[in-house]
Amino acid sequence: MKDVARNRQGTLRETGKVHLLGDDINTDYIIPAVYLCLYEPEELGRHVLEGLGPEYPARLEGVRFVFAGRNFGSGSAREQAPNALLGAGIRGVVAQSFGRIFYRNSINVGLPVIECPDAVAAVEEGEEATIDLTGSVILLGTRRFAFAPFPPNVQEIILAGGIMPLLKEKLGR
Amino acid sequence: MNRAGSYRMTFAEKVLARTRVDGSGSARAGEMLQVRPDRSITLDADAECLVRFEELGLDTVAPGGRVVAAMDHYAPAESVRSANVHALMRRFAARHGVELFDVGSGITHQLMVERGYPKPGELIIGTDSHTLSYGCLGAFGAPVGATDMTAYLATGEIWMRVPESARLSFDGNLSPGVYGKDMVLLALGDLGTDGALYQSVEWTGQAVHDLSVSERFVLANLSVEMGAKTAYVQVDEVTLRYLAQAAGEEPPAFNPDQGARYVIDRKYDVSSLPPMVAAPHLPSNVHAVDETEGVTIDQAFLGTCASGRLEDLEVAARILQGRKVAPGVRFLVAPASSGAYLAAIEAGFAATLVSAGATLLPPGCGPCAGIHAGVLADGEVCISTGNRNFRGRMGSREAEIYLASAATVAASAVRGKIADPREFMGG
Repeated sequence: MKDVARNRQGTLRETGKVHLLGDDINTDYIIPAVYLCLYEPEELGRHVLEGLGPEYPARLEGVRFVFAGRNFGSGSAREQAPNALLGAGIRGVVAQSFGRIFYRNSINVGLPVIECPDAVAAVEEGEEATIDLTGSVILLGTRRFAFAPFPPNVQEIILAGGIMPLLKEKLGR
Repeated sequence: MNRAGSYRMTFAEKVLARTRVDGSGSARAGEMLQVRPDRSITLDADAECLVRFEELGLDTVAPGGRVVAAMDHYAPAESVRSANVHALMRRFAARHGVELFDVGSGITHQLMVERGYPKPGELIIGTDSHTLSYGCLGAFGAPVGATDMTAYLATGEIWMRVPESARLSFDGNLSPGVYGKDMVLLALGDLGTDGALYQSVEWTGQAVHDLSVSERFVLANLSVEMGAKTAYVQVDEVTLRYLAQAAGEEPPAFNPDQGARYVIDRKYDVSSLPPMVAAPHLPSNVHAVDETEGVTIDQAFLGTCASGRLEDLEVAARILQGRKVAPGVRFLVAPASSGAYLAAIEAGFAATLVSAGATLLPPGCGPCAGIHAGVLADGEVCISTGNRNFRGRMGSREAEIYLASAATVAASAVRGKIADPREFMGG
């Protein structure tokens, strides 16, 4: 099965364009419930953030990172939300804070989710950012924003590209 | 129970101490643990976990019969795609001995509570954010995603961070026409959509003690709208009596230790609490009913896992008795389960509602998530007993959703605009 989320080995350092969003971006905005029968990230990515408006999937073209305010990913338990972002080419989300279920789902599918309010306050729409997961730092031009390193078990999951690769390895599949 | 020295544990710490895989018997907020949940539920809206599990090629589901697969988000199916998901779930349940709640039986969380499956102190995971509802029976309901559930089905374990805890204490007596829903909206307005982020919320106090399990359900249910990881409603004789009847035996009580540490500790008095309404587009945008009174509505919806129980159907029937739904208003009623539906028929509530002009929907989630059975058009206004009023949640992004109790929704259906249910009480 072709699957960007689960075949992707976690990347330690990525650089790319930022799209900036506000507070309380809930999972209904990230992927409306009418798409919950879809499971593949590529398919979901074609509808990413449609809850914010039909123009959205196109607006994320060429974007690598989403930066957002408080409580990003609040609401439902749908894992389709981080998968839609992955399918649209997003390789990391930086926010002031995250909705809890979205946060753990993102880790579980290998989407890096980073709490770093200072970087969110500093970033400009369309700016280029570098996220370095091993160094726990975000670079915006010459400015450096450190974030708290992930606990070891979480780091292991993110770097493996999610729980499924680890589970398959553990079960010898 | 094992205690780590004199450390006093919150509800969440106590449950995770019991279920941690390494058996050390202690747990403190902030720790990362591997835990073994007691039960799980999976839904049609997140059936991906069943597909992923099949990809692993395992013969058996590790937790065996402690798994439920339920169809409620789009039941009966509204598209070929969702019908195929339901067919997949039926095949999976037959092959792996998983208990199935099929189309028409109702909302998973309601069925779990009706059957008395959640027990005080149990850890129950579910691929639905309102899995917290099991806190109404003192269980640790933890919403998770499809991958977590796949891992649980394959190994019986998942990872979990021990949450910090918040304690919300309520004293005083609710006035007629004011309910548990109004209490939870009060707290939600106070704490905001991230006020209890990552936390376990404990509901306690005399005013909580005075609530039925049906109303306690609403407290636990909407805790997720404050960002909570789980919720716990104090276990007392109301809980134990309910479980003795629903499950056939009375389980032991389960309470947090006296003197446990809370990062939030709030006290509320509900004596003068009016009916509350959450205005668009956040459930924390809470106002007293008189501040929103008079807003014209197109649709009133009684249902979702935050309502639709027999008590709610009764409250609505009493308000609709001898009255009519306002011209031009659609009043949709989705009983939370087939059991609640049948009881409402036998008690005459269903007849009262239908003769007043209400439309009864099949037991299930109804239009709450905007998938089917009553989605909203551009520019329409709905008042709902649900838990989320995000822009576009029930259909059009140009629609507006207000959240309130069953009584306020029924009163509004009669008036055709947001109304104070106390005008219909005791008169």
